[in-house]
Amino acid sequence: MASLDVRRSSWLTHLATAGGLVLTALLLSAALWASNDTLRLATDIFLYIALACLWNFLAGYAGLVSVGQQAYVGLGGYGLFALAAKADVPALYALPLLGCMAALLSVPIAKLLFRLRGAYFTIGSWVVAEVFHLGAILIVPLGGGSGMSLPIRAAQALGPTPHDRFVTTYLTALVLLLAVLTMIFVVLRSRMGLALTAIRDNEAAARSNGVNVDRVKLIIYVAAASATAMVGALIFIQKLRISPDAGFSVNDWTALIVFMVVIGGIGTFEGPIVGALIYFLLGETLATLGPVYLIILGAVAIAVMLIEPRGIWGFVRARWGLQLLPLSFLVRPSASKIEK
Amino acid sequence: MEHLGNAIVQGVLTGGLYAMFAIGLALIFGIMRLVNIAHGDLIVLAAYVALIVTQTLGLNPLLALGIVIPIMAVVGYGLQRGLFNRAMGTDVMPSLLVSFGLSVIIQNGLLMLFSADNKRLQAGALEVASVTLSDTISIGLLPSLQLVLAILVIIGLQFLLYRTAIGRAFRAVSDDPRIAQLMGLNNRHVFGLAMALSCAIVALAGVLLAIRANFDPATGPTRLIFGFEAVIIGGLTSFWGTLAGGIILGVVQSVASSFDPGWQILAGHIAFLIVLAVRPNGLFGRVA
Repeated sequence: MASLDVRRSSWLTHLATAGGLVLTALLLSAALWASNDTLRLATDIFLYIALACLWNFLAGYAGLVSVGQQAYVGLGGYGLFALAAKADVPALYALPLLGCMAALLSVPIAKLLFRLRGAYFTIGSWVVAEVFHLGAILIVPLGGGSGMSLPIRAAQALGPTPHDRFVTTYLTALVLLLAVLTMIFVVLRSRMGLALTAIRDNEAAARSNGVNVDRVKLIIYVAAASATAMVGALIFIQKLRISPDAGFSVNDWTALIVFMVVIGGIGTFEGPIVGALIYFLLGETLATLGPVYLIILGAVAIAVMLIEPRGIWGFVRARWGLQLLPLSFLVRPSASKIEK
Repeated sequence: MEHLGNAIVQGVLTGGLYAMFAIGLALIFGIMRLVNIAHGDLIVLAAYVALIVTQTLGLNPLLALGIVIPIMAVVGYGLQRGLFNRAMGTDVMPSLLVSFGLSVIIQNGLLMLFSADNKRLQAGALEVASVTLSDTISIGLLPSLQLVLAILVIIGLQFLLYRTAIGRAFRAVSDDPRIAQLMGLNNRHVFGLAMALSCAIVALAGVLLAIRANFDPATGPTRLIFGFEAVIIGGLTSFWGTLAGGIILGVVQSVASSFDPGWQILAGHIAFLIVLAVRPNGLFGRVA
């Protein structure tokens, strides 16, 4: 029995890594040849994938089922508009600054919310998002309830022509998405990833084995908040206009994201990407249905949760033993021993 | 000071309504550890059911309760047997996400059927009837009814839980579902009845809300949050604590609103967060 071959990589992970590199190069080169409409759609897709991966990072890996991530999307959007309008900070410099600000702000919020266990954390996170939402309505210099537009000079700082601005936003979104994916990958491969797996399987057992559960959850929460705020800032650079209802919308920034992740496969690295891509593929044809589309998505997500809680990617992985990234361990009988 | 006095009185009375939002939520959490994110949307659904009933039959909303409560109880039983029972387990995530999905479906379903327009139930003289205590303080009949009904609901629940066979079954599945099943209880059916009871209270709360204020399909989540805040402020120990939590929330909102209406709901949220920071087990909860 000692003759087991345990490794993370396989021919498929090597192939996927190579494919990922080619795809990244292709996407980078798109800045040179793609049309404005294509760039704009691709930017939206990148940002939604990033939000889905970040929500999955929280809920699927750290067990923090938040329905209040719109707090950080809106915070990023409003932060960017405020910095651009009131302090003339160029949008691209504002991004890392906003990431730091959101991280700092999320620490006390996490300390407070972690007092609520399990399902009550979920509703607590919504209360915090509502505080942000209602607070934004009261801030008159940022337009109060009706919101504000991005000042023209701030938009022009991104590039002299509309095409330049689309290219800048597209490349920034792509870099941000790659950074988010890399961060999640590195965390999952690290000691903390091991701790997360232990917490997911049995929190009490993980604690008794010396895992500092609250610290791990805090780090994940703060990292997700910080990255979500940067994504939010880019989303509203795209839209050029923000209002409290749009910035802190639970439907746009949480419900849709949750449905994407659940359908794609919660608790898997690839699942949120699959879910977001399916959403955009179907969205092109179904989005005109408005409320009906949300009802269909909600019903499909419930069905997935009841029938196959691992989602599409979880099912594929379990059925064919596939994994594209070298994350979990594959165990096989060692080839050399079989011959004997 | 007089207008502050009036704000406090109105807040106490509104607290009765918030307590009713909260009791339905606390009941199912106590019995089966289920947090129903669609709770607020079910309150709004009950208001729309009442709207249809009053419009088609020409009934007074309070009389329509005789039809709305059974309908919502059946809806609750069906949801539990068809949906929530399949999602419940040691992991809270499936039931959370299923109820979140249900919340979005109810909201958008109502939006399609009734549009985003404000609606309100007409209750005739009851809407404005009031007793004047002084120049600035007058007590409305309808708000008083909310508080009285909330107290009656609590007394009724206490009786049901501690004096009847079904109450014993509720307590048994709450203490240990596996042993309860061994003793011959059909847990799925008991859970269904618990959700039916929760939805009956939701129906009462929904109709009272709809006579008092305008509602539209998007107002559900805020009702869920009010109920949740009342539960946590009160501490998760008794329905009387929940009533006190509802009243505190009502008073904070009402006093803040008397200074600046924009702060009404925000002040309630902030009060909740302060309680969470200072006394995480609630004002009336035991210290763990």
